[in-house]
Amino acid sequence: MDKRDTFRPNVLTSGHRACSGCGEAMAARMVTDLIGPNAIYVNATGCLQVFTTHNQQSAWQAPWIHSVFANAAAVASGVEAALRARGDPTPVVVQAGDGGTFDIGLQCLSGMIERGHDVLFVCYDNEAYMNTGVQRSSSTPHGARTTTSPPGRLSQGKHHFKKDVLSIIAAHHMPYAATATVAYFPDLKAKVEKALSMQGLRFLQVLSPCPLGWDHEAALSVSVSRLAVETGLFPLVELEYGSVTGVMRLAQQRPVEDYLKVQGRFKHLFNSKEGAVEVRHLQALADRRIQHYGLLDTPTEWDTLRATQVQRHGRGGYPVMGEDTVQ
Amino acid sequence: MDETNTSTYHEIRFHGRGGQGAVSAAALLSLAAFDDGFEAQAFPKFGSERRGAPVEAYVKISTTAIRRHNQVYQPDAIVIQDQSLLKSIAVFDGLKAEGFVVLNAEQLPAEADKLNISRRQWACVPADHISEALFGRPLPNTVLLGALVALTHWIQLTALEQAISHHLASKGESIVNKNIEALQAGYRSAMQTMEDVA
Amino acid sequence: MRQQLEGARAVAEAVRLCRPQVIAAYPITPQTHIIEHLAKMVADGDLIAEYVSVESEFAAASLVLGAVAGGARSFTASASQGLLLMTEVLYNIAGMRLPVVMVCANRAISSPINIFSDHQDSMSQRDTGWIQLYVESNQEAVDTLIQAYRIAERCELPVMVCMDGFFLTHTFEPVDMPDQAVVDQFLPTFQFARTLDPKHPMTLGGGSEPENYLEFRASQHVALLQAQEVIKTTDADYAEHFGRGYGGLIDPYRVDGADTVLLGLGSMMGAVKDVVDSLREQGQAVGALRLRCFRPFPVLDLVQQLAGVKRVVVLEKAFSAGASGIVAIELRAAFYDAGLSIPVAGFIAGLGGRDVTPAVIEAALHRAIATNTPIDSDFLDCQLDSVL
Repeated sequence: MDKRDTFRPNVLTSGHRACSGCGEAMAARMVTDLIGPNAIYVNATGCLQVFTTHNQQSAWQAPWIHSVFANAAAVASGVEAALRARGDPTPVVVQAGDGGTFDIGLQCLSGMIERGHDVLFVCYDNEAYMNTGVQRSSSTPHGARTTTSPPGRLSQGKHHFKKDVLSIIAAHHMPYAATATVAYFPDLKAKVEKALSMQGLRFLQVLSPCPLGWDHEAALSVSVSRLAVETGLFPLVELEYGSVTGVMRLAQQRPVEDYLKVQGRFKHLFNSKEGAVEVRHLQALADRRIQHYGLLDTPTEWDTLRATQVQRHGRGGYPVMGEDTVQ
Repeated sequence: MDETNTSTYHEIRFHGRGGQGAVSAAALLSLAAFDDGFEAQAFPKFGSERRGAPVEAYVKISTTAIRRHNQVYQPDAIVIQDQSLLKSIAVFDGLKAEGFVVLNAEQLPAEADKLNISRRQWACVPADHISEALFGRPLPNTVLLGALVALTHWIQLTALEQAISHHLASKGESIVNKNIEALQAGYRSAMQTMEDVA
Repeated sequence: MRQQLEGARAVAEAVRLCRPQVIAAYPITPQTHIIEHLAKMVADGDLIAEYVSVESEFAAASLVLGAVAGGARSFTASASQGLLLMTEVLYNIAGMRLPVVMVCANRAISSPINIFSDHQDSMSQRDTGWIQLYVESNQEAVDTLIQAYRIAERCELPVMVCMDGFFLTHTFEPVDMPDQAVVDQFLPTFQFARTLDPKHPMTLGGGSEPENYLEFRASQHVALLQAQEVIKTTDADYAEHFGRGYGGLIDPYRVDGADTVLLGLGSMMGAVKDVVDSLREQGQAVGALRLRCFRPFPVLDLVQQLAGVKRVVVLEKAFSAGASGIVAIELRAAFYDAGLSIPVAGFIAGLGGRDVTPAVIEAALHRAIATNTPIDSDFLDCQLDSVL
């Protein structure tokens, strides 16, 4: 019996307690609406879990379970094993933040991937432990201010680089891994649908701006996520079995300052020469990513129909002259 | 608690929205009370904070050491930093019969008459307006602290001024001065409304 | 110097005074402010230490294990789920007799998930072999943290300083912060005889067989029992240096001449003491006893202090599901072994952050006095209908 509210049949319905402008709430609504209520959702501890299931209430209109911070992937493995034993094809979806994916959750995630469970793992990446008060995670970008990587006389914010979790995931050579973000909905949609059409372990990392932790106006969440992509700091890519099979090309590269300057978490980089050095590091990082994924390149063999696992231009990318020509 | 000459005890509850500085105001008040020779405790309503969501914070001021760490249930005064909360939160719950109310508003709200609080116990201060003139945007918390002192005289205004100078020093002289001005403006505004009533 | 400080800030300042060289940090509410303040101190060069933001509490505990074995005074803090995630490593640290000190910002345990204060987290770790000290105020948190390093390093036993999350960590109240020079006099520089060192190579954490494991565990137990004396003398010495002491293992309050004693741990005891004062004014022979040291369990001191009492009312913020209250059980056993037939009325209260108010305390007391049959750990103020 469908018990969903007829006015709001979304899997993630209204009445939850996310901050205004929350990129994660936006991303979760998008993703779960695409997956639908006929799935089992396993959630790690984090913002999404906290703001949707506060104090005896729930905003979920689909089966949903939360255990502890580290084990969402292991719990999901268990759900999947049970469904498999019972011959039940209902999809199993994990939702975790960057903490539950990059850090405390990495072990269970790796285990789940290695064992080849048929699960879709979605990481809503807001780049810090937000709901406990903005402490750094390994996903926090280099130079960002958090409460445990504060700028100070001896510090310019987070010292280490954002962990390249996609490469770690890719090294498991599993069916599908992709990055997406809220500013590019058609791209996100295509990737979710692609993931749903496949078997085995599928991984999505969705960059989710956090107005509170990133320190920007709530209304700017979508445009901030767009800037992350346009600067090359967060490339939108797809990998299958460890190899890159699609990227969203950039029509042009924006300088990283465009992205950094709209967020208070980077503002300390703009009032000292040490900060300026860090900005140059971030630019170098962006340049490197663009180069690595060929985001500014003219179409390569990735775009030919001869390659067996190929996606033309990635999803929602900028069209290139002569794209309809088959070589 | 005792109301003898030698010992006093007051509990204050602050209502605001996340990001408006209600918790900071409570902390600052407790710092000032401490500097003024009192024992004080301040703490937020425990839980996670979200931008824009209603928050509460509490202060206990006493002449004797405060040993217990219980919540505040029957405040002697409440400070309401955001008028919109009157519609959604039971801000007056537990307020003692002779309790005081400091409200960030141009004038007394319609609900005031239904409550059994005498006019002499209210201080309505246009704190958004006053603070906007000083800071360029509404930052009502320090203004309302000034009003609280005017209404209750539980601590000296100078203690709050000193607390601001000392604890906001890292934000620079300009911020410190503006906060002191805001404090004094709130004090004067509340004193004015009390004179009007008297 | 006496200042108005947030509890977490006071604790961070106390840690700084102890000159730690390694700090492992993984955030969990309500410990977060402690590690945030420490991060800022390090970022500003006000504390010279290796500040390591680890990937989980399991890693945090492991990191301080390694750091202490590597010869550095270290610090970490956690609570609730985080503390439980450390369990395997906590046993390991104690078994290896490493002088690690940590703060537990006491918080309830999932499921259901609850970020508010009770003692279930640290109580669940009572068998690990750590010394556990519970504080009543932020002042005591500061003083006990400093004492903890001395106790740990002297006994080669890890010490967990337990302070109530939110009620203490997030509360601003007056704290007298000790002077660095006096702390330096009181707390010697870090010394650990079995430090990993190529010049004196030792093997730590080796294997054991049935013929010797029992002896290892027994020696650990003996060390804990002997630590009671060290805890007492450290507190007394602290009082000499800083002018404040807490009674060592137990903090009796107006127990002399009391018929009924209210017994418990942590910040709740402030309200209990207020209730005792108020009832004494009305002529009731009531006293209180705060258990400062829970592990080792101070059997002798308790029995000595309570021998003449007619009744003990235990208020505790943890329980052993399916059995009874934890402190109540241990107290009854201690009385039994000492041949004392003092009835112990056990109450479980304040779980998940519920406020234990003077009214609630008095209700428990009156119920215990009025009832003739023993109370075997009832849940106080429980409205079961509201959740069924």
